[in-house]
Amino acid sequence: MRISNLINVITGLGRFGLGFLQRLGRSVLFLLRTLAACSVLFARPGLIVRQLYAVGVLTVLIIVVAGLFVGMVLGLQGYNILVRFNSEASLGVMVGLSLVRELGPVVTALLFAGRAGSALTAEIGLMKATEQLSGMEMMAVDPYKRVLAPRLIAGFISMPILAAMFSCVGVLGGYFVGVGLLGVDAGAYWSQMQNSVDLWDDVLNGMIKSIVFGFIATWIAVFEGYDSVPTSEGVSMATTRSVVSASLVVLAANFLLTALMLGEE
Amino acid sequence: MFLGLIIKQTDSKSGDILVKIRDLRFIRGDKIIFNGADLDIRRGKITAIMGPSGTGKTTLLKLIGGQLQPAGGTVHVDGLNVHRLRQPELYTLRKRLGMLFQSGALLTDLSVYENVAFALREHTALPESMIRHLVLTKLHAVGLRGARDLMPSELSGGMARRVALARALALDPMMIMYDEPFTGQDPISMGVLVKLIKTMNDALGITSVIVSHDVPESASIADYIYIIADGKVIEHGTPEALSQTRSDWTRQFMQGLPDGPVRFHYPAADYAEDLFQNI
Amino acid sequence: MKSRTLEIWVGLFVAAGIGAVFMLAMKVSNLSSLNTGDGYLLKASFENIGGLKVRSPITASGVRVGQVAGISYNSDTYQAEVTLRISPEFDRFPSDSSASIFTAGLLGEQYIGLEPGAEEEYLQNGDTITLTESAVVLERLIGQFLYSKAAGE
Repeated sequence: MRISNLINVITGLGRFGLGFLQRLGRSVLFLLRTLAACSVLFARPGLIVRQLYAVGVLTVLIIVVAGLFVGMVLGLQGYNILVRFNSEASLGVMVGLSLVRELGPVVTALLFAGRAGSALTAEIGLMKATEQLSGMEMMAVDPYKRVLAPRLIAGFISMPILAAMFSCVGVLGGYFVGVGLLGVDAGAYWSQMQNSVDLWDDVLNGMIKSIVFGFIATWIAVFEGYDSVPTSEGVSMATTRSVVSASLVVLAANFLLTALMLGEE
Repeated sequence: MFLGLIIKQTDSKSGDILVKIRDLRFIRGDKIIFNGADLDIRRGKITAIMGPSGTGKTTLLKLIGGQLQPAGGTVHVDGLNVHRLRQPELYTLRKRLGMLFQSGALLTDLSVYENVAFALREHTALPESMIRHLVLTKLHAVGLRGARDLMPSELSGGMARRVALARALALDPMMIMYDEPFTGQDPISMGVLVKLIKTMNDALGITSVIVSHDVPESASIADYIYIIADGKVIEHGTPEALSQTRSDWTRQFMQGLPDGPVRFHYPAADYAEDLFQNI
Repeated sequence: MKSRTLEIWVGLFVAAGIGAVFMLAMKVSNLSSLNTGDGYLLKASFENIGGLKVRSPITASGVRVGQVAGISYNSDTYQAEVTLRISPEFDRFPSDSSASIFTAGLLGEQYIGLEPGAEEEYLQNGDTITLTESAVVLERLIGQFLYSKAAGE
């Protein structure tokens, strides 16, 4: 009895592992096929514009508000920690570095997966469930070119832009709290930040991170939508899965990238 | 080569058969959907393909359109073997086929007008005035010229199907495939659709394939009927011939009798035995 | 038409993104205060550089004039050799100028302060600053303080 239970568990694990590998393989093939379809976008840039609006512009509000609050909290917390060591003048360093290197790309990617990623998955899943994708194929329109490629590219483009906005707004939020409310010297805030934040090591690495995260989050979102079971439950499950797996993969990738970037120095 | 072209043309014309399906086999998972089905769809006629739910009628249309690959057998459309075509050739063929999905499959983020214009915009570089002319003509044909600015979510099911029909007509196809066009329609919109399909077929000379299990509506306009069940064509003929059929199964299906060769009860143990079984 | 407003929004979005990157480069990071690769190089040897790092700032009278370009250890002199990159506009440091390592605040980062001398000649690319003052190492300072206390009693 026990042994058979154990075997069941092992079988379940094996099935899960195989299923996972299968999905991974499918998603890679899907990505390659979608990327191959991207050439159409050079001929018809208008397709991207609409998606940039849906994926990028509509996400700006949440990113700006979140960035402002995160920056303000950083200002508040940072001030309270630094003031113990009498170095509240370094507040700018702390706010700037944590935003540019970590919080900007990561929090933006998580919000992006929640706002834009889930919308992408749901939209594509619904298009599949309501046979819109099939219908396009029958009208001799390739959904990879018409539907998937523009969304993928729009996601790739939007994410770094959003992350940069997040960091900027966050730095300003830290400035409002630190300089405006808590009385840190404005000159010190900016100059110390400028002295410590390096364009290549910090800003560029942060940008690289946001590009990678955008790639991951959009890929997962579009794939989950296209791979969803074409029913309402299937689409809602795919949407949940898209946000959850995108968030986890982004966090894991963040660790890897950070280790890689710090190791480089 | 010139000779070959002529032969090919006469070949496709000679039998007057637009779609020729031979020994079609298709398997989904471990379920056999088609097991050696043979069908001929004649040019300019309305062919109805009927059968109980779940017999793969929609699958058949997707096989004809090249969206699915069969496990065996061939599908020729206008002399071309659909599943041997490369993607560009397949897409060229599909531009000449229209398909009406059960749900309409209208693009939800585009208005009625843009939906009908979709294929024109994708495949042609016509000027806007020309597109407008074509779109309004097609919409007028289905009686929805006034609804051009509505979004698909504002349409009733029957209207959505009519818009989808207008969209399928946009590229002037040689054949339109209707997937369950009558399901879930009230009698009026059902009547409208029946009339539209008949009119389009007669006025434009379009070959029509209707997949349906609504027997009276399909039989009323079809020139020829195929009945499929268990992966095979079990009977075919004109509506008149089929109504005179000697097969019990066909009669049960055509007349919608609750009991016959297809039992009312799902296979189960003996009723009395089941009820008084000691647990 | 509607696609026009769409395009305007997307245009604004992309412009805002470029603006944000620009702000990160100019206002948040140190692009504005240095042009990497420009300027001339000086050398200076220190007994102990403390927590000085590559890209630490170099100031004169509190004004940033350059940054540390490289740090290495010379096993012949047992000293740290620091390469200083000074911005080209600050090209008139007398040849007997001195370099000291200071700390910004109690726990702040360390930087090099240049103190101009009185010579007529100016430092050129590749010259060495001979007068140097090492970093103050807090532990050593505390040790000295305790030692003198103990000796005094």
